Amino acid sequence: MSMLHWSILLPFIAAICIPFTGKITRKIHTGWFVLAVPIAIFLYLCTLLPKIKEHTTIMESVSWIPSLDISFDAYVDGLGLLFAMLITGIGALVTLYSIFYMNKEKENLVNFYVFLLLFMGAMLGVVLSDNLIVLYTFWEFTSLSSFLLIGYWNDRKASRYGAQKSLLITFLGGLSMLGGFIALYVMGDTFSIRELISMAPELIQHPLFYFSMVLVLLGAFTKSAQFPFHIWLPDAMEAPTPVSAYLHSATMVKAGIYLVARLSPIFALSAEWVWIVGLVGIITLFWGSFNAIRQHDLKGILAFSTISQLGMIMSMLGMGAAALHYTGNDSGIYMAATAAAIFHLINHATFKGSLFMVVGIIDHETGTRDIRKLGGLMTFMPITFTIAAIGSFSMAGLPPFNGFLSKEMFFKSTLTMANADFLSLETWGILFPVIAWIASVFTFVYCMILFFKTFTGKAKLDQLPKKPHEAPIGMLISPIILVSLVIIWGLFPNMLAETIIEPAVAAIQPVLYAADPYHVHISMWHGLQPELWMTIGVVALGFILYKTYPSWTGIYKWLPKRFTLNNAYNKGLSWMDIGSNRLTRGYMNGNIHDYLVYIFGFTFIILLYMMWRVDAFTINTTSVTPIGIYEVILAVILVTASIMILFAKSRLTSIILLGTVGYTVSLLFVLFRAPDLALTQFVIETVSTSLFLLCFYHLPKYKPKEKRVRFKVTNLIIALGVGVTMTLLALSSHSTKLFDSISEYYKQVTYKEAGGENMVNVILVDFRGLDTMFEITVLAIAAIGIYTMIKLRLERKGGAE
Amino acid sequence: MKTKPKTNDLILQTVTKVATFVIVLFSIHIFFAGHYTPGGGFIGGLMTSSAIILLLLAFDLKTVKAILPVNYLLLVAVGLVFSVGTGTGALFFDAPFLTHAFEYFDLPLFGHTSLHTAVLFDTGVYLVVIGVTMTIIQTIGESE
Repeated sequence: MSMLHWSILLPFIAAICIPFTGKITRKIHTGWFVLAVPIAIFLYLCTLLPKIKEHTTIMESVSWIPSLDISFDAYVDGLGLLFAMLITGIGALVTLYSIFYMNKEKENLVNFYVFLLLFMGAMLGVVLSDNLIVLYTFWEFTSLSSFLLIGYWNDRKASRYGAQKSLLITFLGGLSMLGGFIALYVMGDTFSIRELISMAPELIQHPLFYFSMVLVLLGAFTKSAQFPFHIWLPDAMEAPTPVSAYLHSATMVKAGIYLVARLSPIFALSAEWVWIVGLVGIITLFWGSFNAIRQHDLKGILAFSTISQLGMIMSMLGMGAAALHYTGNDSGIYMAATAAAIFHLINHATFKGSLFMVVGIIDHETGTRDIRKLGGLMTFMPITFTIAAIGSFSMAGLPPFNGFLSKEMFFKSTLTMANADFLSLETWGILFPVIAWIASVFTFVYCMILFFKTFTGKAKLDQLPKKPHEAPIGMLISPIILVSLVIIWGLFPNMLAETIIEPAVAAIQPVLYAADPYHVHISMWHGLQPELWMTIGVVALGFILYKTYPSWTGIYKWLPKRFTLNNAYNKGLSWMDIGSNRLTRGYMNGNIHDYLVYIFGFTFIILLYMMWRVDAFTINTTSVTPIGIYEVILAVILVTASIMILFAKSRLTSIILLGTVGYTVSLLFVLFRAPDLALTQFVIETVSTSLFLLCFYHLPKYKPKEKRVRFKVTNLIIALGVGVTMTLLALSSHSTKLFDSISEYYKQVTYKEAGGENMVNVILVDFRGLDTMFEITVLAIAAIGIYTMIKLRLERKGGAE
Repeated sequence: MKTKPKTNDLILQTVTKVATFVIVLFSIHIFFAGHYTPGGGFIGGLMTSSAIILLLLAFDLKTVKAILPVNYLLLVAVGLVFSVGTGTGALFFDAPFLTHAFEYFDLPLFGHTSLHTAVLFDTGVYLVVIGVTMTIIQTIGESE
């Protein structure tokens, strides 16, 4: 285990320890203990930066399940390090913020921080794993912790709804992603991402290539809330605001982007990848920004804004992938899109993180997030006002903030796409700049709404649940740090260029980068280029639309509620609910007789069919034991008792007769020198007979005269079928010797290896100990099941009376 | 004071009082002997529970509960901890899960004896079997 592994596991270890801290010190907010974790990991990651800057990568390996080719390989390159630093950096700031946001007295802090740490560890695992299966495991862990955090206030209906929705959608994607990974394994015979990348040119020939691509993309799109899977993200806003800032804006939703970036070297060789990723991204960009405007909840605006920005980053990755298909000399102009994606990813984390924290502050200090009730908060909260101004202007793409720079780079990339002459971009490529521009206008509008509607205008104090005032300094520290980064990286973007963006681009496009190292240089002013005119156009039209926006919001009513995606989701869910319920009720009718018919019916039909198919019916009488007088006596008793059960008039008689059958069988075991079996059978028979006697009371009235013919015929068929099959099976298995019996092996090793003489018991506790362990677990589950079923029913009865 | 209602199963009750102890002792013997002669945790557990069931049949649930105030569900949990714990213990000695160890000792009274971690595992099985059987029988019996 290396330092790298420990830093992935540290959050998990901390999550185990956190519940105990509360008992030691009740006075200190649990968050202070948690805060140490991301800071420690962040500092450790900083020490790796110089190495990454030199374009070296770090690989540490720990064997996990060697027999399945699964090992816990931690791998750090530019892309992984960037994400890991985002996770821990933003994680530290969010934890600090949450210390002041989450009330020590009212909230269940232990749960909150345990979930948060689980998430942190899982997310680090996702971005630092080289093995696809390990990545997948951590990936599902992030979905799970996100589910737990969204449903943190589990007494609210909306929280539970949002949590379920996110779980269903992201797990659906996760599952299909697993399918994609397995397909990759089938193609490349390895789970290692680096090895798969090295054989990318061969993989594209494989028939499973597109299948696996679509499945993996489904996973990425659901996680990153891309159209049409974005519907879970707005509902996820039910989570506490620090969580929204952390999971649902800065880190977890970017896992999909990470996956697309990470697997680009494998899949980007196909033209479809460029088109799917680029188009889905740009449609999401438009749809998110378009819908953000009609939200009234501040967090709702931010949710749709996050969707739209994620779409923008996604589309840039798609456009960047076009570099692989370009045959000319200057592939750098396409790789610029990849660099822009990475840059915008960082920028988005800073400004969106700060905006979420601002919204949290407003919610905390005024008691509402409804934009219709807010206004004029500038005078009450001047510091928050400043933070919000920087955050939202950066998001709108205004200079001199970092959002302006990445927006310019984005426009430039879309224009490059429109001018390209390959991948049929010459015909449809124009879509990219047009949609991007329209979406940016909407982005500008919602940024203005978010900012001006909240902080300017007339204050409506009578509508606010609380009297607004400035937040405590502890809550302001984190957003202040973030907006300082917005300004610093806006003015000196090249701080980032060499240290992290270039290594990340190299990780996304290793082959191209090795052939033609692309140098990222970002500048605020680069002449009156078309992209600058696009920005000016955005501001001009955006300003007009903002001023007139109440007059055109009618367009949102054009789409009837019946056709929305949310409606489709809800309807689909309830149909599935009803449908599966009906299906299950169709055969699970509560009649134990029918269940036994299914079980025995299937057993004998399948057995008979298989025996017939492999032609296994043989009877060989050469090695049979001679039949003695005792066997004959027992057999006669057995048959007589069995036949008498059929004609028994009362239940008591049949129970006793059944017992007779059981005891006779155990006597047979004695004759055949199987004392263990005989003993067990004897006791089991005793216990089950007394159990029968005990629950006499509960059984329905005994009806020996069942008249229906169909009922009797079914019983006859089942009884005959099972009897005949078992007889044939026993005869055939005795007569067929395909290989040496394993008992010889046990005879030899039982004493030598396990120090026991009773083979049966040694097998039970030692050789097949795992089976026994699970068997007793099953027994325990059955006992708990019976206990709860009977006890709960009794209590309900007791309550009703 | 209320007198007990007279029952006509005097013989059963008298025999049970003696037989229960014999059965339980025998079941413990069988449990420990399991590694070398027929027996083991499963059958030992079943036999112990059959002794308790005999008590149940001879007397009634309430009496038996008063004599043996055991929470059988807890017994199941303890048994599972024994079995899983024995398995996990192997991990601390850098051996695969559920690896057993044994050694021969010369103990006073017992003489040359082998001590085996499998016994701990089997204790788990023994407890779970008693727990499960009695939980089922008790809950069903009580629910009238």
